[in-house]
Amino acid sequence: MAPFEWRHARSTDPVALDDRARDNIRFIRETMERAGSFTAVPGWGGIAMGITALGAAVIASQQSSPSAWLLTWIAEAAVAISIAVWTTYSKARRAESSLFSGPGRRFVYSFVPPLFVGVLLTLLLAHMGSTGAIAGVWLLLYGTAVVTGGTFSIRIVPLMGLCFMVLGAAALFCPWSWGNAFLAGGFGGLHILFGAMIAVKYGG
Amino acid sequence: MAAKTGAFRAAREEKSRRGAPGARVPETAAANFDRLIHERTRLAIVSALAVNPSLAFNELKQLLRVTDGNLSVHARKLEDAGYIGCAKSFSGRVPKTEYRLTPLGRRALEKYLDHMEALIHATRER
Repeated sequence: MAPFEWRHARSTDPVALDDRARDNIRFIRETMERAGSFTAVPGWGGIAMGITALGAAVIASQQSSPSAWLLTWIAEAAVAISIAVWTTYSKARRAESSLFSGPGRRFVYSFVPPLFVGVLLTLLLAHMGSTGAIAGVWLLLYGTAVVTGGTFSIRIVPLMGLCFMVLGAAALFCPWSWGNAFLAGGFGGLHILFGAMIAVKYGG
Repeated sequence: MAAKTGAFRAAREEKSRRGAPGARVPETAAANFDRLIHERTRLAIVSALAVNPSLAFNELKQLLRVTDGNLSVHARKLEDAGYIGCAKSFSGRVPKTEYRLTPLGRRALEKYLDHMEALIHATRER
């Protein structure tokens, strides 16, 4: 009914009204996006994390025992987390937005739980001697963290998470000896690929 | 106009729907059109608050890139209309103003969006 009424109400100038309405809706959507999304996901940081992961993959592949292999990757995880925290913090500062504003806080809150589960499962799998399953579990849960955290970020972020999850699922059902290659492809390849896209399109 | 309740507006709309379109329309259009929220800065304030539980004065200021004076004037108008709520507190010695969208404000934004969509559909059907 409303459209019918409006046609009669302003039939003198419908095109301009239509354009203005579209423009208003676009303005609302853009403001909501800017106000509601966490844009401090670091592109260059992703590239740096990818490069250190590739280095770790080379070092890990030369280890003879499973526990040395696992320790190499745990060390890489610590390095990657430091890079991520530092680059996210500095990108947020550059954009004059706080990590602890609404969107930033929600990003952190939804990012951390899957990672916590990952730590617990790593402990369990290492204890059981199933080190080979860890690659798939890490990729899957990191992907989950990125998908859930990315709900509050630019759209490319959850897409990256989804790629990690697909890779993780594949790693679980492929021979476990391929685990190192899967980790290199995910934490190395996907980070560099998406990091570059974010750096180019979303300012660093 | 802003103080009018949703129920009252709905009743008014219903009434005008039943009437002859030609005669009623200009009045309905004017009554439905929310000038308070239509202004750009105020529309931005309401939109930003719609996707955040609350925002501090400074967060809003940075987000919308407006001056202190501009923001406080427009926020005040929205506050007077009951569209946004405002809580003043101190963090240490620094005064802090926190804004949030009221249910009335959220309805007003939804209504405004409906209105814009109706406009677009109207011209598409032409």
